[in-house]
Amino acid sequence: MKAGHKIAVMSSALLVLAVGFLYPGKNVSAASEGKITGTIKLDGTAPRQRPIDMSKEPSCAKIHESNPVHMENVVAGANGALQNVVVYVSEGLTGNEASAVSSETPTWDQKGCQYIPHVMALNPNQHFKVTNSDQTSHNIHPMPKQGGPNHEWNKSQPTGAPPFDIFWTNEEIAVPVKCNIHPWMHGYMAVVKGPNAVSDASGSFTINLPPGSYTVTAWQEELGTQTQKVTVGAGKPATADFTFKAK
Amino acid sequence: MRTNRLKGSLSLGAAVILTLLSASWGQNTPGQQEKWMGTESHIGNLTGHASAAKTDYRRYCTGCHGDLGDGQGENAPWLDPKPRDFTIAQFKCRSTPTGTLPTDEDLYNTIARGLDNSNMPPWNTFTKQQRADLVAYVKHFSAKWQSEKSGTPIQVPPQPEVTADRIQAGQALFKRLECWKCHGVEGRGNGPSADTLTDDLNRPIKPFNFHDGTRFKCGTSNADLYKIFMTGLDGTPMPSFADNVKPEEAWDLVLYLRTLQPMNTKEKQIAKQLGLKPIDPNAPAPAAAPQQ
Repeated sequence: MKAGHKIAVMSSALLVLAVGFLYPGKNVSAASEGKITGTIKLDGTAPRQRPIDMSKEPSCAKIHESNPVHMENVVAGANGALQNVVVYVSEGLTGNEASAVSSETPTWDQKGCQYIPHVMALNPNQHFKVTNSDQTSHNIHPMPKQGGPNHEWNKSQPTGAPPFDIFWTNEEIAVPVKCNIHPWMHGYMAVVKGPNAVSDASGSFTINLPPGSYTVTAWQEELGTQTQKVTVGAGKPATADFTFKAK
Repeated sequence: MRTNRLKGSLSLGAAVILTLLSASWGQNTPGQQEKWMGTESHIGNLTGHASAAKTDYRRYCTGCHGDLGDGQGENAPWLDPKPRDFTIAQFKCRSTPTGTLPTDEDLYNTIARGLDNSNMPPWNTFTKQQRADLVAYVKHFSAKWQSEKSGTPIQVPPQPEVTADRIQAGQALFKRLECWKCHGVEGRGNGPSADTLTDDLNRPIKPFNFHDGTRFKCGTSNADLYKIFMTGLDGTPMPSFADNVKPEEAWDLVLYLRTLQPMNTKEKQIAKQLGLKPIDPNAPAPAAAPQQ
């Protein structure tokens, strides 16, 4: 009887402790102090990006008359700063990062017969808007991995048509998107869990995260993926720079 | 006794491995498909059972679609278009929105009708029950049918009367929606984007030439034509127009498309009386676009 009493006391004490541990955890995540910043670079000569001939679509060709556009498979700027690289947490998410995940509804625009942005990072079930700013019809045709959990779809969006709202249900890195009418139009939607970022023209990115240990992965459409382990402390941003070797 | 126990633990191990396998996504294994042999189909009052279609499938379908339903049958290398890969659960002929599973009835109709311009013949020698069983068999190949429901079929309102106004409005839509970019200004499948089109397997694919045939891939009726452009043909460049075409307008487009075809229809006679000319993509759109 006495022993049973002891066990009951101990287990309730443990329970109180456990609850006590859980609650501060939540408070920390709400504050979401930490962040990872970094720069992504290309080591070597950037492959030549072929110019795009839009003469078949005069309304778009006209927009780029003075500034011809190029393919965007590898976009490298000054000092090899690599743009359009998706950075996300591949290991170490605890589920407490909700406050650090963007709650925005990003826009996937078709402008000048190009996808703006060329690469977009989303969470599963995060809604995004598809808009057509052009004087021509487009068909938006994302092609997820065949046999995977996401469904391929293909919608026409004529000029002047209202934006539509849509989302992906499952993680996938990354869903290629194309327009069959304008075959040069090409982009990617990376569906990843948790906080994420896409590197900008200077190759830099920032991910807000609660303190903890994480594995961070950088994905580039032609050059593949790279990972590294990062420990995020409170208050001070952790750094994670990535270098991709040119093929 | 001992061997029995060993057998027991072995089969337990096998069960654990099977469960683990089925937990990982997108991996269709023969064992898993066997597990889904209980799949049913429901077409009207008919209930199809996958298990009942085993013999028919192996006799009539395996040659092209393969034992595993992956479209890799022994005839597949010589066929174009390629036989459907059922493990992906993506189908062209649907009454359901783009990006959703078709209804059982859609699959049933495809088996009965066959697919024009392909090696898939109409299987109208089968009984209705056999076809319903085959629908269930087709479904048992993909995990998608285990975790998802068919999409909600789009509503096709009753066809309105054929009038000159409707045919002209349909032609205006053909221009505004830029159907001609692929199908050509006369609907001959020779639009400016036609040469670069590819399907999901990255194989060249041709837009439909309306002057070529009386039948479409997904049926012959006006309602079939309505469904084709409203839901799109998933896996091909043909998108869904449902977001931006009202049901009324969709009928206008159907009636106009009928004027392009070789058979003598009421639509064609009206077009003749009107002296309807092919669209000119460079001409500016009329100030007040005909809104129905």
